[in-house]
Amino acid sequence: MKTQIISTLILMAASPAIACESTTFGDLSIANPWSRATIGAGRPAVFYVAITNDGASDDALVAISTPAAGRPMLHETTVTDGVASMPHAMSIPLPAGQTVQLAPGGYHGMLMGLTAALKEGETFPVTLTFEVAGDVTVNAEVLSLRVEGPDCETDGQ
Amino acid sequence: MQLRTLQKILWSAAAFATLAFGLWQFSQDRGPSVGEQAPFRPTFALPDAEGQLRTQADFEGKYLLVFFGFTNCPDVCPTTLAEVAQVMDDLGDQAANVQPLFISVDPVRDRALGLAEFTGAFHPSILGLAGDDTQTRAAADSFYIHYERQDDTTAPDGYSMSHSPALYLVGPDGEWLRQFSYGTPAAEILADLRSRL
Ligand SMILES: [Cu+2]
Repeated sequence: MKTQIISTLILMAASPAIACESTTFGDLSIANPWSRATIGAGRPAVFYVAITNDGASDDALVAISTPAAGRPMLHETTVTDGVASMPHAMSIPLPAGQTVQLAPGGYHGMLMGLTAALKEGETFPVTLTFEVAGDVTVNAEVLSLRVEGPDCETDGQ
Repeated sequence: MQLRTLQKILWSAAAFATLAFGLWQFSQDRGPSVGEQAPFRPTFALPDAEGQLRTQADFEGKYLLVFFGFTNCPDVCPTTLAEVAQVMDDLGDQAANVQPLFISVDPVRDRALGLAEFTGAFHPSILGLAGDDTQTRAAADSFYIHYERQDDTTAPDGYSMSHSPALYLVGPDGEWLRQFSYGTPAAEILADLRSRL
């Protein structure tokens, strides 16, 4: 009975597969790449990911590119005196030994000039350019417009 | 004696923490320029997606959940609208007493991109309103919120909008009740509404 419950839980957790995956690239581990479904292709989409720097020296995320959008860019949502704006982030610092989240309300990839609408369940490649480590490509999973993040098992991620 | 000193240190640390937490909460809950004590009734007259003018009087007897945003905003706006959608689903029958409003601070572009299409993608109950510059500014002023067009050559159409990202609650008699700061979990908004309904 217990085993059955556990396997059911595992099965449920396995459904948003790509968004819960983690890629190791040298000292960097890149987890939970995801995006939100868009309404048509006329509005920008978003890209979120968690990056852990397990190395002894700092790195930085300096650019993203993807065939899904003509003008992808790094942004940071900031709230100053109760007003939110999202300026371009030239570089997202990845200090040694730390995890940095691109997550709702903070750093995000802003995917402008979409080539097509992003539909829930699809995946698309995103190439991350790091100052030191260079380029690595991960697959982002398009989740529902209504989710606040991928529903992954918290352990092991 | 030593214990006494330690106790004193602990007590003052606790007092300091309480004070700091209080100040932090105050800064979190405070609207940009809202006087906390003075009750006020925000007003608006803005057309919906069909062009029909809607005012606060149309919603008398209902609680309003009001969000100012723009549809070209993929980070902050979907998070809040998704929470509103969740709250409306979880309210069940009581949802009939709550009207969520999305007021565009970028009305010309949002109309062109499709206002109803955008709000409907989150929840059918969310009503999108987009007026002209004067109507929009008047509505924002009456909620004491700020928004501004920011020229940005890297942004779509060469500009983006900055705006207050909080969610505002207006009572059935039209009185401003409170704001939920950006990122307030849907469960907290739901619990607040349930306590009033
Ligand atoms: Cu952005």
